[in-house]
Amino acid sequence: MGIPAYWRTRTQRYALVGEVCHKCGAKIFPPRDVCPECARPASDPFTFSGRGEVYSFSTIYQPPEGFEEFAPYTVALVKLEEGPLVTAQLTDVDPAEVHIGMPVEMVTRKLREEGEEGQIIYGYKFRPLLRSTLTPRPSGQAA
Amino acid sequence: MRDVSIIGFGQTPVGEHWELSLRHIAAQAVLAAMQDAGIDRADALYVGNMIASETSGQHHLGALVADFVGLRGIEAFRVEAACASGAAALRAGYLAVASGAADLVIVVGLEKMTDAIGNSITTALAEAADADYETPHGLSFVSINALLMRRYMYEFGVRHEDFAGFAITAHQNAVNNPYAMFRRPITKEEFVQARMIADPINLLDSSPVADGAAAVVLCPTDQARSFSEHPVRIRACEVGTDSLALHDRRDPLFLEAAYISVQKAYARAGVTPADIDLFELHDAFTIMAALSLEAAGFARRGEGVRLAMDGSIALNGRIPISTMGGLKGRGHPVGATGVYQVIEVAQQVTGRAGANQVPNARLGMAQNIGGSGATVITTILEA
Amino acid sequence: MKPVKDVGIIGYGAYVPRYRLPASEVARVWKDGEDVLPVREKSVPGLDEDTATMAIEAARNALQRAGVDPQHIGAVWVGSESHPYAVKPTSTIVAEALGIVPHTLAGDWEFACKAGTEALQASIGLVGSGMARYALAIGMDTAQGRPGDALEYTAAAGGAAYIVGPAEEALAVFEGSFSYVTDTPDFFRRPYQHYPQHGSRFTGEPAYFKHILAAAQALMEELGARPEDFTYAVFHQPNIKFPQQAAKKLGFRPEQIRPGLLVGDIGNTYAGSSLIGLSATLDVAKPGDRILLVSFGSGAGSDAFSLRVTEAIEERRERAYLTREYISRRKPIDYGLYVRYRRKLHMH
Repeated sequence: MGIPAYWRTRTQRYALVGEVCHKCGAKIFPPRDVCPECARPASDPFTFSGRGEVYSFSTIYQPPEGFEEFAPYTVALVKLEEGPLVTAQLTDVDPAEVHIGMPVEMVTRKLREEGEEGQIIYGYKFRPLLRSTLTPRPSGQAA
Repeated sequence: MRDVSIIGFGQTPVGEHWELSLRHIAAQAVLAAMQDAGIDRADALYVGNMIASETSGQHHLGALVADFVGLRGIEAFRVEAACASGAAALRAGYLAVASGAADLVIVVGLEKMTDAIGNSITTALAEAADADYETPHGLSFVSINALLMRRYMYEFGVRHEDFAGFAITAHQNAVNNPYAMFRRPITKEEFVQARMIADPINLLDSSPVADGAAAVVLCPTDQARSFSEHPVRIRACEVGTDSLALHDRRDPLFLEAAYISVQKAYARAGVTPADIDLFELHDAFTIMAALSLEAAGFARRGEGVRLAMDGSIALNGRIPISTMGGLKGRGHPVGATGVYQVIEVAQQVTGRAGANQVPNARLGMAQNIGGSGATVITTILEA
Repeated sequence: MKPVKDVGIIGYGAYVPRYRLPASEVARVWKDGEDVLPVREKSVPGLDEDTATMAIEAARNALQRAGVDPQHIGAVWVGSESHPYAVKPTSTIVAEALGIVPHTLAGDWEFACKAGTEALQASIGLVGSGMARYALAIGMDTAQGRPGDALEYTAAAGGAAYIVGPAEEALAVFEGSFSYVTDTPDFFRRPYQHYPQHGSRFTGEPAYFKHILAAAQALMEELGARPEDFTYAVFHQPNIKFPQQAAKKLGFRPEQIRPGLLVGDIGNTYAGSSLIGLSATLDVAKPGDRILLVSFGSGAGSDAFSLRVTEAIEERRERAYLTREYISRRKPIDYGLYVRYRRKLHMH
């Protein structure tokens, strides 16, 4: 990903900042210009809590370019507790432990590095909760 | 809009054509199609191709191919819709004739995947996915389908081996297709034990990517008989789209774009699923075959896999698929596939499918899918 | 040393990665299994972790405990020996990830293992002067040990983050701090060198003990305090023995340093070391407890702080993961996997 494209999406990838539609209340991630539920303009920032569960997952043994050093790794569709589905890697978990429905929380990790000289790309991944009874991280309007 | 027919076609075998460049492989298919149609000129040429810019550093294929096949000067441009580029080019050609803008149109799908070596192909194919929100997470195209397959298995209580019929049928049919890449049948054991790529998808769930070019010639139906003894009418060619990213779908396990395009195609052709004699679906992965059957109305949601288990998809079954090998056996030169599918339906409905002839085939359907289902183009053909 | 306004810790948070390399593995590979082990095991970062990602998580924990609006944080200062970029601050990545940008100071600190506490000193000054309402100071490292070297047993990953703010909002108030610094070449690394040089026994008396003792004694004298006036003490922990010896020399009892003595379980987290010892101590401290924190950074220097825990500690503590939850989250790996994770093999 080129530097400008990476920079544009930094708040999405660092902190799961999406949008809330002020007309119908739908929580949207990633942000769009038009609400996918009611087709009205959507633009109020909304920071997701990062809590969710695994909707589906797959462990990759033949990675695409740039990800070779991480293989094998597990990618997943995660259903965020506020509604949207996101694509992300799972981390800090053994592939054998992963199951559909597993509760997870967002962490910010390295997605990859562009070689030894290029930028380091950080983004969201999900890991199993360290403890299930913790008070949930608050979600809400971005400051 | 005028009625449109196919009056000739040509294809190269699907495989690793190290000795053929983009322009050469295109020419093989185009010249063969022109010869089949008995023409030496055309009004327009549309090129379906997905990744020539990555594999071969080449954009601008319309002008390149038109000139190389001796048609310098005519209208020509490339059409792209990821792995549905072939059918998208057909749609462009169809509209050109149907609208009256052109009377003789060539459509060619082509791909030279072996021009890129190693992992760069995976990267190029991943550009069909969402570059901001899918690809940066290390998703490969296979893994997107793997996510679908795993969820499908979970929701409908299906096992991986239940998908075997899709692969076995395709490979069985490919044996008799001289243009197919793989011409050896496979067994259920082989399917179950094949190497894992992105679990649960293994090597035999996946179609091979390779080189290939396929071309058709179109003209108004009322002129078709002057060119060909067995023209094939395009009863419908319809396009549906969906969100690019799998995670943005309303229901990831329902191919809404396929449903939209199929409903439009049935309506335009005035037919129902029961009228379809064969279905060249987009079996890039066995999971796609199941979902395609469901979206087209041949099975209820979650029951597509049953058709692979009860013989429905065999040549003499209720809804034969992959009759000449499908993407699985014939191969999947991505931008060309859509045109191969249409040619195979044309062969079937005109009784020229040889050992793989579907009995009494008159009305056939081809469906080309781009990405994980973001663009779907359904074509219904009749002899 | 105290600023004009009283300040304290509003929130704190730790982070340790999940992988552990038993010291016995290092001994197995390099010493045929025969060696005196300075720790039981050490933490190893995963392939997708670095000082920035770990700092973000520790800071998020601190923010959760603090419960303040990130836009009111006026500085983000990360101290480390392993910043991911040589030029481009870790601090801006943390600031962006926490929603602290754009009205903030940011910058990276380096002073070996005391870079984090130096940032903490500066935060006390910034908030105490009234220039900022809150400041975020982080000490975090993914230390690299030279293969086969004694420090390979202990060079580990982890650290902690502290949000400093007004004393009236604090869970622990700073009573005073002191710094003692000299130019001492006990441990250093030149640019483009992957591994540091260290002075073996020179790192003991002339370095670690001289500075820790001097800073601790000077602070206690300034406050008129004796070791028995403190509930807990936390010292920089390069191995199990040094902090125990320092405690003894200063007159502290083993029980006072126990909650903060983590090195046996996670190794030496360098710029994170004393700060994560403090977070583990705050995890068990009661209102009214008094804590002495003394860091040490090679080069060399020590920062000493005296803290008094307030009533707010109990409720705030529960808002985020405790230090021991990170410590007990462990997955042991062998030396081969450790070599892969720490990228000691050059694959190109």
